[in-house]
Amino acid sequence: MTETPSEDLYGLLAEFEHPEALLAAAAQARQAGYRRVEAYSPIPIDGLVEALGQVPTWLPQLTFLGGLLGGLLGYALQYYTTVFAYPLNVGGRPLHSWPAFLPIVFELTVLGAALFAVLGMLALNGLPRPHHPLFGVPRFKLASRDRFFLCIESRDGQFRLEETRQFLDSLNPHSIQPVPR
Amino acid sequence: MIEPGHTYATVTDQISAIVLTGRTPRSWWVAFCISLSLLMVFLYATVYLLTTGVGIWGNNIPVAWAFDIINFVWWIGIGHAGTLISAVLLLFRQQWRTSINRFAEAMTLFAVACAGLYPLLHLGRPWVFYWLLPYPNTLGLWPQFRSPLVWDVFAVSTYATVSLLFWYVGLIPDLATLRDRATRRWAQVIYGVLAMGWRGSATHWHRYQTAYLLLAGLATPLVVSVHSIVGLDFAASTVPGWHVTLFPPYFVAGAIFSGFAMVMTLAIPLRQVYSLQDFITLRHLSNMAKVMLATGLMVAYGYLMEAFFAWYSGNPYERYLAVNRAMGPYAALYWSLIFCNVLVPQLLWFRRVRKNVPLLFAIALIVNVGMWLERFVIIVISLHRDYLPSSWEMYYPTVWDFAHFFGSIGLFLTLLLLFIRFLPVISIFELRELVHETSGGHEAEEPRHD
Repeated sequence: MTETPSEDLYGLLAEFEHPEALLAAAAQARQAGYRRVEAYSPIPIDGLVEALGQVPTWLPQLTFLGGLLGGLLGYALQYYTTVFAYPLNVGGRPLHSWPAFLPIVFELTVLGAALFAVLGMLALNGLPRPHHPLFGVPRFKLASRDRFFLCIESRDGQFRLEETRQFLDSLNPHSIQPVPR
Repeated sequence: MIEPGHTYATVTDQISAIVLTGRTPRSWWVAFCISLSLLMVFLYATVYLLTTGVGIWGNNIPVAWAFDIINFVWWIGIGHAGTLISAVLLLFRQQWRTSINRFAEAMTLFAVACAGLYPLLHLGRPWVFYWLLPYPNTLGLWPQFRSPLVWDVFAVSTYATVSLLFWYVGLIPDLATLRDRATRRWAQVIYGVLAMGWRGSATHWHRYQTAYLLLAGLATPLVVSVHSIVGLDFAASTVPGWHVTLFPPYFVAGAIFSGFAMVMTLAIPLRQVYSLQDFITLRHLSNMAKVMLATGLMVAYGYLMEAFFAWYSGNPYERYLAVNRAMGPYAALYWSLIFCNVLVPQLLWFRRVRKNVPLLFAIALIVNVGMWLERFVIIVISLHRDYLPSSWEMYYPTVWDFAHFFGSIGLFLTLLLLFIRFLPVISIFELRELVHETSGGHEAEEPRHD
């Protein structure tokens, strides 16, 4: 396996048995100067993103924007239709009867925010993505069952096949596998 | 919350085996045949309805709303437990939700689907249902946005969409598990497509959890708004017995009451047939029973206040309605409702009852019936004698009313059984998280008492 040239590799994948081991490995990889590191686990692990040194997501802001757009659209729709497009004079009551508009404004706010939250999550995660080099590693199937993986990608400036393998070995993993591109 | 001795691997294998490798139990086939037959009844009745008209039903003036709206409110109420369990209990960090949230969400979706059909079928010409939506049209007409009935269109469709998103987002990591564990090619492809390439990376999980929490926060006020708006459908009119400010909160309590009763009705056979007692424990059933007891008491308060308002208002029509409910031609239904929804749930005060699975199942069924009767009492009794005695009329359902009602139960159960067969009925990744939190995941620890 060592003869595989590193430009044909997506990265090196180390397998761990415990979430704590993965967390420690992620922190050490970061400390050793690796930047293109990703961890894979069957459960979300607290602190893993921080250990990998990734920036917080702006999904909450995106969701807020979705809610704002939904609400504004709901209000504009009702204002336009009841005041301009189809004015209905009910005993001289005001056409712009805003309290009655609020339930639909609320519903559309929730709808807009929920759509932005879900579609935003998928888009930021780069999903749907039917294939990925990691799926070529047979043991990676266990990442959705009971094993924890750390991948140092070959595009990392500090990636040297032998040194990186030695570094991963020092973390005491269950196995180390090359990930073909 | 989960029996001891489970690891990440055992929970994953046991739940995914139900879908991938386990033999389909004979009881599943029996249930499926019955449900499918009922669904055929529904389709037959619907074809007859579409070709003939709503006159095949028993509703007429003055009882223009009957089974169709009763069933609509009944189903949409049932649909409330799923989101409540998923969202509200998530925000309150109630870990016991984990084993029941997935099928409660599925139940919500299918119940909302059944609910949505009734107003559409009642339109008379369901093929022009899109007239309900605001869009520029050649008629130059727009919906009346000041009407709770139009709010309902938005509330129910938003609720259906958000419930679907919530359910699907919850499923993504589990679909990835099924993709990775499937051995047959078609299963790998189908689950693979549905999982959208989920890899469980730290970044993915981080955004995923953020999105899930945001959805929970959004769904919580939504679930309250939906049945409040259903309550306003009635409260905004001037029919005696409907024109009550209590209706929105009282409808929400009733919705949660009936929803939990339905979750219990489904969970008890499910854990039996698929041997899920390790995951849906007696503690889950007991907690659900407590929620039923609490919401049942709120509903009982609602009945009491309805009677009080009628008396205190001094309005002769309201007073007559209260008397007519208790002693009129439909009195038997009213007292059955009190029996089902007020008296029977009081048994849940006793711990021994809450630990008795067959009895819990019976109580849940009785509450389901009671909640249906509640809607019958509210809708039919108020309408059949309102103001002018000259326009009083009795309402009798026809065989087609029953065909549509039991048929929609068939639709609901068919969808639910297909879901149980093809998708993980308990959230696998959340069970793994629970294992992580309780035992560290790999070694079986000594039994815990929670």
